[in-house]
Amino acid sequence: MTAQIIKHIFDPWQAIAKHQEAANLSQKFGATATFVGTMRDFNDNADVSAMTLEHYPAMTAHYLEKLIEEAKIKWPLLDVLIIHRVGEITSSETIMLIACWSAHRRASLDACNWLIEELKHRAPFWKKETRPDGERWVEKNTDGL
Amino acid sequence: MTIHVKFFASLKDKLNLEDTTVEQANTAGQAWDIATDNADRPSNVLVAINLEYAQFDDTIKAGDEVAFFPPVTGG
Repeated sequence: MTAQIIKHIFDPWQAIAKHQEAANLSQKFGATATFVGTMRDFNDNADVSAMTLEHYPAMTAHYLEKLIEEAKIKWPLLDVLIIHRVGEITSSETIMLIACWSAHRRASLDACNWLIEELKHRAPFWKKETRPDGERWVEKNTDGL
Repeated sequence: MTIHVKFFASLKDKLNLEDTTVEQANTAGQAWDIATDNADRPSNVLVAINLEYAQFDDTIKAGDEVAFFPPVTGG
């Protein structure tokens, strides 16, 4: 069970494969559910070329670990990986990854969905967008629809 | 009695405050008032005490870390 906050570009699919191999999950899991968040080049009907993700380092680390522990209590998970970028990000780059492994599909699917919603609503990260007319703090997340 | 106070994101820019300390604050709300020199508190400001979400009238003690920030927008 791992939560990482990183400043560099990463490939979510390589991260999943690497973690799965390192965790020695082979032959134990029957389901892997993943969520990959990628930066769009638009938001609220405006072009967005880049953004800066600020966070509250101590609380973010604490909160992500807490989320994973709660998910483990709610569902029979074999493993969880969360990776979230901070710092400068440009469009098409991966912002975050959540991967959940379980013996059967329902646990990993439900846990992955719960983790992304909890993270988006409670984890202390903030986006500042770079638009043609300057920089702007994002005031709230989209409803995801 | 020293309380560590932090501000993040748009709140940090708006108040021009990031890390500071206050003395003699008994609640998170009092820490806000002292640190910001009684600045108006936007209705959507969130507060954390020692890395856990809290309320403005929650009690604080010496050595605590109080953080104020706008709604989160990660993910």
